[in-house]
Amino acid sequence: MTDPILQIDAVSKRFTRSPGVLLKGLDRLTGRDSSQTVHAVTDVSLSVPRGEVLGIVGESGCGKSTLGRIVSGIYTPSAGKVTLDGDPVARDSRGNVDKLTTRVQMIHQDPFASLNPRMKVGEIIAEGPRIHGLIPAKDVQSKVRALLEQVGLEGAYANRLPHQFSGGQRQRVAIARALAMQPELLVLDEAVASLDVSIQAQVLNLFMDLRKQLDLTALFISHDLSVVRHVCDRVAIMYLGRVVETAPANQLYEKPLHPYTSALFGSVPTLGTGRARFQPIKGEIPSPINPPKGCAFHPRCPLAGPRCRVEVPRVVNASSERSVACHIQDGGTGAENEAAA
Amino acid sequence: MPEVTMENTMVVPSAPPEETRAERLRNFWSDYCQSWVAVLALAVIAVLLFVSFGASLVSPQDPYDMAALDWLDAFLRPGTEGSGGYVHILGTDNAGRDMLSAIFYGLRTSLMIGLSAGALALLVGISVGLTAAYFGGRVEGLLMRIVDLQLSMPAILLALVLVAMLGQGISQIILALVVAQYAYFARTTHGAAKVERGKDYIEAARSTPLPTRRVLFRHLLPNVLPPLIVVATVQVASAIALEATLSFLGVGLPLTEPSLGSLISNGFKYIHSDRYWLSIYPGLALMVTVVAINLVGDQVRTVLDPRNSR
Amino acid sequence: MTVALEVKGLTTQFGTRNGAVTAVNDVSFSVQSGRIMGLVGESGSGKSVTGFSIMGLIDEPGRITDGQVLVQGTNMRDLKPDAQRSMRGRNVAMVFQDPMMTLNPVLRVGDQMAMAVRVHEKVSKSAAWDRAREALEIVGIPAAGERLQAYPHQLSGGMRQRVAIATALLHRPAVIIADEPTTALDVSIQGQILAEVRRLVDETGTAIVWVTHDLAVVSSLADDIAVMYAGRIVESGTAAEVIASPRHPYTRGLIDSVPGLHEPGQKLPQIPGSTPQLANLPSGCPFRPRCPRATEICATQPPHSGTDAHSVLCHHPLEAS
Repeated sequence: MTDPILQIDAVSKRFTRSPGVLLKGLDRLTGRDSSQTVHAVTDVSLSVPRGEVLGIVGESGCGKSTLGRIVSGIYTPSAGKVTLDGDPVARDSRGNVDKLTTRVQMIHQDPFASLNPRMKVGEIIAEGPRIHGLIPAKDVQSKVRALLEQVGLEGAYANRLPHQFSGGQRQRVAIARALAMQPELLVLDEAVASLDVSIQAQVLNLFMDLRKQLDLTALFISHDLSVVRHVCDRVAIMYLGRVVETAPANQLYEKPLHPYTSALFGSVPTLGTGRARFQPIKGEIPSPINPPKGCAFHPRCPLAGPRCRVEVPRVVNASSERSVACHIQDGGTGAENEAAA
Repeated sequence: MPEVTMENTMVVPSAPPEETRAERLRNFWSDYCQSWVAVLALAVIAVLLFVSFGASLVSPQDPYDMAALDWLDAFLRPGTEGSGGYVHILGTDNAGRDMLSAIFYGLRTSLMIGLSAGALALLVGISVGLTAAYFGGRVEGLLMRIVDLQLSMPAILLALVLVAMLGQGISQIILALVVAQYAYFARTTHGAAKVERGKDYIEAARSTPLPTRRVLFRHLLPNVLPPLIVVATVQVASAIALEATLSFLGVGLPLTEPSLGSLISNGFKYIHSDRYWLSIYPGLALMVTVVAINLVGDQVRTVLDPRNSR
Repeated sequence: MTVALEVKGLTTQFGTRNGAVTAVNDVSFSVQSGRIMGLVGESGSGKSVTGFSIMGLIDEPGRITDGQVLVQGTNMRDLKPDAQRSMRGRNVAMVFQDPMMTLNPVLRVGDQMAMAVRVHEKVSKSAAWDRAREALEIVGIPAAGERLQAYPHQLSGGMRQRVAIATALLHRPAVIIADEPTTALDVSIQGQILAEVRRLVDETGTAIVWVTHDLAVVSSLADDIAVMYAGRIVESGTAAEVIASPRHPYTRGLIDSVPGLHEPGQKLPQIPGSTPQLANLPSGCPFRPRCPRATEICATQPPHSGTDAHSVLCHHPLEAS
């Protein structure tokens, strides 16, 4: 196994909305606290070896997009650190964006929002490398053409504006823009979620081709279990800010260990199985402002025991390649003792 | 460069429709022409621009040239022939000035003040609004509270106070108008920039990373300009009206350097002695100008509104 | 089995700068009571416009130019606007992708639902509230009485969509048109709603037209499927048939594009090109430029072939298995 290129080390991110002046004054009088803290990401550690595509899967509010933005350096973590080959990706201490690394590039979900509507796609692609001096000025034109062709568009499209392209084509432009920076790590945030099925297949194929050609390392953030299974080597499942299970994709889909993972698989409709009997997870996704005590999944978990309600489960290694954060894998939920007593 | 795989190239079926800048302009124009009133207003503005900035070419007389004025020509009724040997279509004033010429020259001053005050206010407003929206936090709080404070005061009051402090003269008036009006631009810029700031393309630019200056001026600014164009037209019209008000109140420009406002103010003195043309015609000119600019601004807003796009 | 909804030759056009564009083109299908029909298509295929056209909710510059919409045998398009309005909500109701489109943010859920009851029926306010509570209980909302007191923003996305479905069910309509109702929801919540909808249809006998882009959802929920492409239904039949042995090359390509069915890491079979612009359709079969089976004859309008249980609009359909 090669050394990890990306190391995410006990990273947390909290967003605090401080109340306005009036509310603050009121708080002082009444002794309340009106500030709200969203625990978007809590104590996440992951490492990604060079050449691996790691899938990050979860439902809304699980913190997967926040994690992606921390890795891209857009957010500074509240605790912990992210390093790329040992160097921090984050800004300097004063929050200076200009000091961000160029070695991580991000591809956003909505290609209609991620391209500046008033710049030609050629400029969009060339801007980053030109400013950072990655390509000599005289080669810019030919490089842009080459990149466009590499993502399956015609080089002549460089002079067009984003609105002249379809969603799939725009996403190709966004990929070309990221590749132009010669990144060592790509962060794809729901990069195919807004595309039609037939276009999604094209873009996934393109991604897999590019991956082979360029030996890309990537974080592939998605809510779509079948897409993740298709393109990722390893998958991390997130729930309410924490990674609950990490495993190689084939093992995870064969035998999920965490009750949330198996419940998730149970509620996804799949093609070709005919009219399914759904076994949906009961209950709602709790709010990350006030996550449940103990294991965050316990209110919805069919296997929860007394220990789950009070103690946050540790991340334990289930095998050399898998880890899971569940009391069942770590000494039991306490329900066994209850039954015995 | 690795070779391109055939399946990934989308060559034939759906080349994006090539829409050139010229074509978009043509579409804009055909949408604009949906309203004949707006087209008429645009034509009126064209005429006004021509007669004002070409005043020295089209006016029968140079109203600034004291030597050309004849006291005997004072208060001639519209349509009378004066000592110069030509007909004063709109009559003459108390100094024997040809009213038509005075209006052309006055219009020039008014438009010049309106346009430069509008342009400067736009610049200041954009700077304030962009800075506030991009940096957020305390900077935003402070700047936008100042703007709010100013918006809560009538512009005319603020301008009056400023002119009283700064003294008379074109540049003083322009400065007063800029201070009184930049807040509208700042508010609009701030609102639009706040929306654009949250969009992914800004995040993409920031995370590339591109220098802050570039994100501000190459990415954010061009995308907040369209709503500002509309505000700008309306503000130019209101700057002209404001200036006229100041001059009418006697704190604006002297009659030796007349704007429409000073002409109206001067003529107002004689309105009770049946010499209506001294004030009515400059007043009409002012009204036509302001209404025409507003109509154009309205139609531009309608055309640019994405909800009306087809 | 009674036919709850029958659509015949429905055609909807939109006026644009460059002339009329046909968004829904000669669409015909029928749905029986107690069945769910999945209307599947990609963006721009006209699936949502079809749903809105059935409801009669097409605004300028759009216009329904032809066809019939028969709800329990009554042609909606023959009715006066008043009569149409009274059918809407009572005989045919709609559920939107974003429930906030129908929920008023400043009114309590209960008030809105009670109002929806009293629009069509003369009952007392308290009776209407009771009806609303029953409806919420039917769609499986716990503590229904409390939810009625809540404002829409106090509910989660999944809960709001349940409220929207409950509201649509208030008058036990013959037909519900559901436009991408679970697309914005999380998988676990979507699973809950799909299970609930299936149960409701089996119990109440309402017919549902489920408009979606998601083949997987349709294959596990629907009884019948109609696949739309560029404004036309190109293939229709029972869900099991269409998914297991699609006959139109487009349907085949669409099903093959879904990643779940393939060995991980393998290249996905893909349909080349992208969905055509409605303003600029090729003559004959609109799928022709992307189709691997296309020949010269495809430049002419393809015929319907197959049976009522599985019909296809293609010159060269794949073999029925």
